[in-house]
Amino acid sequence: MNVQSWTYIIVGITFALYIGIAIWSRAGTTKEFYVAGGGVSPLANGMATAADWMSAASFISMAGIISFTGYDGSVYLMGWTGGYVLLALLLAPYLRKFGKFTVPDFIGDRYYSKTARIVAVFCALIVSFTYVAGQMRGVGVVFSRFLEVDINTGVIIGMIIVLFYAVLGGMKGITYTQVAQYCVLIFAFMVPAIFISIQMTGNPIPQMGMGATVNDGSGLYLIEKLNGLSTDLGFTAYTDGNKSMLDIFAITLALMVGTAGLPHVIVRFFTVKRVKDARKSAGLALLLIAILYTTAPAVAVFARINLIETVSEKPYMGMPAWFKNWEETGLLSFEDKNGDGNIQYVADTQINELIVDPDIMVLANPEIANLPAWVIALVAAGSLAAALSTAAGLLLVISASVSHDLIKKTFNPNITEKGELIAARLAAVAAVCIAGYFGIHPPGFVAAVVALAFGLAAASFFPAIVLGIFYKRMNKEGAISGMLVGISFMLYYMAKYKLGWLGEIPPPDQWWFGISPEGFGSVAMLLNFMVAILVSIFTPVPPKHIQELVENIRIPNINNNAHEQLPH
Amino acid sequence: MNALNLLITTTNKPFKMIQKTSHKKYWKTNLKYLTILLSIWFLTSYVFGILLVDNLNEIQIWGFPLGFWFAQQGAIYVFVILIFVYVYLMNRLDKANGFDQES
Repeated sequence: MNVQSWTYIIVGITFALYIGIAIWSRAGTTKEFYVAGGGVSPLANGMATAADWMSAASFISMAGIISFTGYDGSVYLMGWTGGYVLLALLLAPYLRKFGKFTVPDFIGDRYYSKTARIVAVFCALIVSFTYVAGQMRGVGVVFSRFLEVDINTGVIIGMIIVLFYAVLGGMKGITYTQVAQYCVLIFAFMVPAIFISIQMTGNPIPQMGMGATVNDGSGLYLIEKLNGLSTDLGFTAYTDGNKSMLDIFAITLALMVGTAGLPHVIVRFFTVKRVKDARKSAGLALLLIAILYTTAPAVAVFARINLIETVSEKPYMGMPAWFKNWEETGLLSFEDKNGDGNIQYVADTQINELIVDPDIMVLANPEIANLPAWVIALVAAGSLAAALSTAAGLLLVISASVSHDLIKKTFNPNITEKGELIAARLAAVAAVCIAGYFGIHPPGFVAAVVALAFGLAAASFFPAIVLGIFYKRMNKEGAISGMLVGISFMLYYMAKYKLGWLGEIPPPDQWWFGISPEGFGSVAMLLNFMVAILVSIFTPVPPKHIQELVENIRIPNINNNAHEQLPH
Repeated sequence: MNALNLLITTTNKPFKMIQKTSHKKYWKTNLKYLTILLSIWFLTSYVFGILLVDNLNEIQIWGFPLGFWFAQQGAIYVFVILIFVYVYLMNRLDKANGFDQES
């Protein structure tokens, strides 16, 4: 059977599974719609968080980017996992104790202010929309390559699936589909990695294969070999980077803090029953994420060696089928500059003849390594699971921000439970349509803007939440001015140095302190902290009931709201 | 412990004071755990994986330069362990203070 039939079968089965789960776990109340009723087990929540978190970027792009940047790619590995330590130690248990529905809920209540809530809603919407557009695009690319449908058709199919289970099931439906999606995506990521690790080193554990000797009898370690191949072609050695140490530091910090501040991740910890479950499920989530994140750098090494050995100085006419297939998508291109019919793949852009988009490395890897057709199909299903699970989580944040924070808590407090549920579903439908529109007509800045999402989350939510828990003296004046300063600086820096909205993009030597736009989130976060603390010192202390609220969220079991204690 | 808590939450001033001090102590211990765990978090990622990466790369363990290993593997393993150590410590602390009985 060929790759395409396998893909139709495997993708078809997984989609049927997601829809089945959605029908089984329909949401009947707003509490079920926003937080799955609040009774999700720590393991299920850990799996759902892992799928929620690992997006098309983690599954498809990350290993490819590491493959082409070597040590520099470590910023994603450390940044996107280290954030969970902050989340588990500084945020999750207290937000669970607080026990409401959304992140703006916490900001609005803790800072006793509608303004604070609206600023938080605004940040949540920007972060989530930019992120979701990227997911829809990922869905489109996978469909077009493996099912040979048009990219736009792919986006629309993805929209319908997400629409179905996000609108019907709310958080409850999303949670259990994400559990299934985690299983699909981790299996799909590990199978080819294990196959290739055995092929190249004889060691079935990719994390160990990465440090093992090559299977060709040379006795050379894999990483040594790759360093040699890279420097021979004029690239930097794989284990050295091109970025400055300060920039690596800043990017890692921005990604960690951004991860901890992303509303669609935080809100998952509202779904478990107790404070101790929130801590435990953060640990389980990171454990499940780490399986992929420690495998990805191994895949990066394998894929890079395979790619160089397959193409470098080899005749173009002799290239295998996958090469031609990816050329058709435009993600791989070859131009015979010196007319010798061979592929020169080198660092020097004047001589280099091959341009490879990092996004294709994970998708093409099984083909490059000649793995069976069903493995290739599995990778397609895995990337769809990764993209759809994240998209669904983000859509829920958007819909809850609108129906709960804007409508119920700000503009129309008298709305009935039923009315709010309808509003939540309509908001989800609207959000899917907007996300789909961006998937079909991607603004040129989508890739750039995903980095903005992390920077924004780092610059806005993280300081406001951490100070809200750990600094009783923090008042609304401090928190609001901190968030506004943080976001403004981040938006300004991105607009100027990344998106070029304020005239020509200045060269890297004009970056503030030598920090790239990707890493600027850490600077904006520090500004937020400083402004918030300074302003709060010169303005009135928060009211007594707020100080008591802070004391209460610090202790796991006292003074829970009475309604939280009733059995459901 | 739990009965005491019930008594505390339902009665008057002197008890409230006892409650306050026990809460303060609990919070202080929590902050101590956070400081220790976050120092290790910082050490393995930012210090070993970034600031000292070139020095550590001089040491090779198996096929890995050590600094590179911390940046792409080791830090992640340590993160996972840190969270589970925190879970263990906090569960123990909750129990000692009678905070583990939730509805």
